[in-house]
Amino acid sequence: MEAPIIFTRAGFWRGVRRSLPLVAGLAPFGFVVGLITQHHGLSLLQCMTMNALIYAGAAQLVALANWTHPAPILAAAFAALVVNLRFALMGPVLAPWLEGLKPVPRYLCLALLVDHPWAISVTDMRNGGRDMALYVGISLPLWLGWMCTTSAGFLSADTLNLPPNHPLFFGALAAFIALLVPLWRGKRDALPWLVAGGMALLVAHIIPHTSWYIVAGAVGGCLTGAALEGRDPHE
Amino acid sequence: MSDSISIYAAIAAMALVTLACRCGGYFLFSRITPSPTLRRALAYLPGCIFTAYVVPALVNGPPQNWGGAAVTMAMMAKTRNLGLSIAAGVGSLFIIHFI
Repeated sequence: MEAPIIFTRAGFWRGVRRSLPLVAGLAPFGFVVGLITQHHGLSLLQCMTMNALIYAGAAQLVALANWTHPAPILAAAFAALVVNLRFALMGPVLAPWLEGLKPVPRYLCLALLVDHPWAISVTDMRNGGRDMALYVGISLPLWLGWMCTTSAGFLSADTLNLPPNHPLFFGALAAFIALLVPLWRGKRDALPWLVAGGMALLVAHIIPHTSWYIVAGAVGGCLTGAALEGRDPHE
Repeated sequence: MSDSISIYAAIAAMALVTLACRCGGYFLFSRITPSPTLRRALAYLPGCIFTAYVVPALVNGPPQNWGGAAVTMAMMAKTRNLGLSIAAGVGSLFIIHFI
């Protein structure tokens, strides 16, 4: 368990290879974010600044859905808070790897935190992986891909009009669904996952257009899991 | 306030809040010693957070997405290949879409 955290060139390239299907799978999502940004009258430079610094598509979509002129500073910040609160829960899970780094690179790694590289890294960590470079190798191409696809979406907004249910848009959801498979640890996950899904569904219905539902579902599922294990004398 | 300044201010506000979420959770947890219960709960987070995403998206999306989800999962369970699984899921929806 206490093998030292390493940071190798091989691990970095392994991450880059594993990022490629993600870059492709998330491309339609980035494309849509770019399209919608253009529709709300932002310039290409503003679109690129937004994607480079915020780098959280779901939060950007929520903020843009309620966009005004002049821009709604407080409402946009609140949308970012509600949709991205999950990152605050995700960061600590990476702690065993992050503690192997000096503070500056550690917080740079956290600044790049998004869902998919995190899920792959956590799966690798659970399987005994100790190479933090894997995370960086996945994260950097994903960020670059995000910049390219959002810009491409922005630039094609005038010429292209995909219907909202176009099969390509399923790519972003498919990536999440596929990543669930290696996270399944067996029967003990069943009830927590059910609670997570059920609570998320309920909260999404009560408070639409935010992502409190993700936070509510995740917390509900985690508490269920902890409660179940707490009753088990073998744990 | 001019439109352009307000847009950059909104972007900056969102970026700061998002950065605070990304770094703040880790920072808080590194200051406290998580109790065994909290550690146990966190171990369930990865699966639960993605389930909480996926279930409402599927329920509120078009019905054919369930088919795409099943294909994606089956392919991932069989091959553990992320790219292939995404392609299979999207491909299956293309087939449903165009027949």
